[in-house]
Amino acid sequence: MISFTAVCKRYPGGVEALRDVSFTVADREMVLVTGHSGAGKTTLLKLMAAIERPTSGSVVINGQNVGTLRRRAVPFLRRNFGLVFEDHKLLFDRSAFDNVVLPLNIVGYDSREAARRVRAALDKVGLLHKERAYPITLSGGEQRRLAIARAIVHRPAMLLADDPTGNVDAEHARELGDLFRSFHQVGVTVVIATHDALLAQHLASRAIALRSGEIVPEFPRT
Amino acid sequence: MRTWLTQHARTLAATLARFARSRMASLLNIAVIGIALALPVGGYVILGTLQHLARTHGSTPQLSVFLALDASGDDAASVRDRLKRHASVLKFSFVPRDQALRELKASAGLADVVDSLQHNPLPDAFVVDARDGGAGNLQNMREEFRKWPKVAHVQLDTAWATRLDALLRLGKLVVLLLAAALGIAMVAVTFNTIRLQILTQREEIEVSRLIGATDPFIRRPFLYYGAVLGAFGGLAAWALVWAGAYVLNHSLTEIGQIYGASLNLRRLTPEESTGIVLFSTWLCWLGAWLSVQQHLVAVDPA
Repeated sequence: MISFTAVCKRYPGGVEALRDVSFTVADREMVLVTGHSGAGKTTLLKLMAAIERPTSGSVVINGQNVGTLRRRAVPFLRRNFGLVFEDHKLLFDRSAFDNVVLPLNIVGYDSREAARRVRAALDKVGLLHKERAYPITLSGGEQRRLAIARAIVHRPAMLLADDPTGNVDAEHARELGDLFRSFHQVGVTVVIATHDALLAQHLASRAIALRSGEIVPEFPRT
Repeated sequence: MRTWLTQHARTLAATLARFARSRMASLLNIAVIGIALALPVGGYVILGTLQHLARTHGSTPQLSVFLALDASGDDAASVRDRLKRHASVLKFSFVPRDQALRELKASAGLADVVDSLQHNPLPDAFVVDARDGGAGNLQNMREEFRKWPKVAHVQLDTAWATRLDALLRLGKLVVLLLAAALGIAMVAVTFNTIRLQILTQREEIEVSRLIGATDPFIRRPFLYYGAVLGAFGGLAAWALVWAGAYVLNHSLTEIGQIYGASLNLRRLTPEESTGIVLFSTWLCWLGAWLSVQQHLVAVDPA
């Protein structure tokens, strides 16, 4: 479970990214975080994964308060998440396979089991035939899917995706949406930050709307 | 535990692979470490050899007591009695002037010179071994013997050994200073090498951190690189010293034969060799550790 209570985040220099944000995301829930760029979506996801710490208020993940987490405990918190970054953060000096295997190496998987899981993840995003390809040779959509494969390869309980459909045409966006929905259906908590109205409409799940760092009062969806 | 072992084995394999991949850069790095280490080790070997020489040749404290040229047999006998009774004398031998001349004639190819002498210029002499070889004691004995009747001159044969000893102590100090300076250089070389690696792998480190890599996991490959670099460097230093001794020993044996002494650089013992490799490994590991401590903080997204 992810729970934000009166969270404020002020960056050095006085930029206030989030102001008094409170919400919870239940286990196995799929939630969209919507809003224009600069509304604080990315900051919200970074706070969940302890990439940033709240200035005030509390962020609690599975009963652990991120704000007071010791530095040494942070990696273990992050292993609960699959993270899909806005800029992919793929490593261009190694093949698709080696990109995806990274989280498993970090945890210390046996290499045969790791290879099996990497292939399963690549298959899931439809890139199994490209395991030897280098990210630079992949199209934008393929790179995005590769990043998703890396995020899910260690079977995290929670998947956080920051603008996964940016610069992707509507059809690809729909495919990606279906992909996330399939993770949700097998019991993964999914949080997607997006400003893509089509994706939001397609997924039709609960949305947390942000405007200038504050939550816009919820309106029921049908 | 098994996971932990697997991780370490994997890191070691990856480190060796990295050495194999960037062969030229790695070889140069190893050469730098090896040469830096070979200099003090070589100095240490040379010093050890000299020390050995000093110990085997004439470091037994001896005094030569030369009688006056006009000393009679009775005078010699009285000196002999005094030496016999002296508490500080371990043993002594008498070298009559005739024997001294014969030895001189026989030894250094001076036969012609000796033959041309009209009378024997050499005095009777006693060669005295002292019970206590301390420099102060020898000096006291010398002063005392000098005052005896018909003793013309007392020579301290250990003077050169004492001087050599002092020189060796100085040499040891120089080697130590050299070792310290080059040790710091080794740490600096690894520090910089690792710094460059961290910079080139900045992205990988950042991404690994974001997906849950612990600090030890991120540090490990760099520390391994440092340690392996040190180990290879230590081996290179050992090989350099060995090769140097091998080459030098040929000419040294020749020189030794000319002077009638066995002159050979000593070999490093297995313990010393292991010590060198371990020390080098530790130093380079230290350099890597310092670098990692310094630079990984800079790549921390949190």
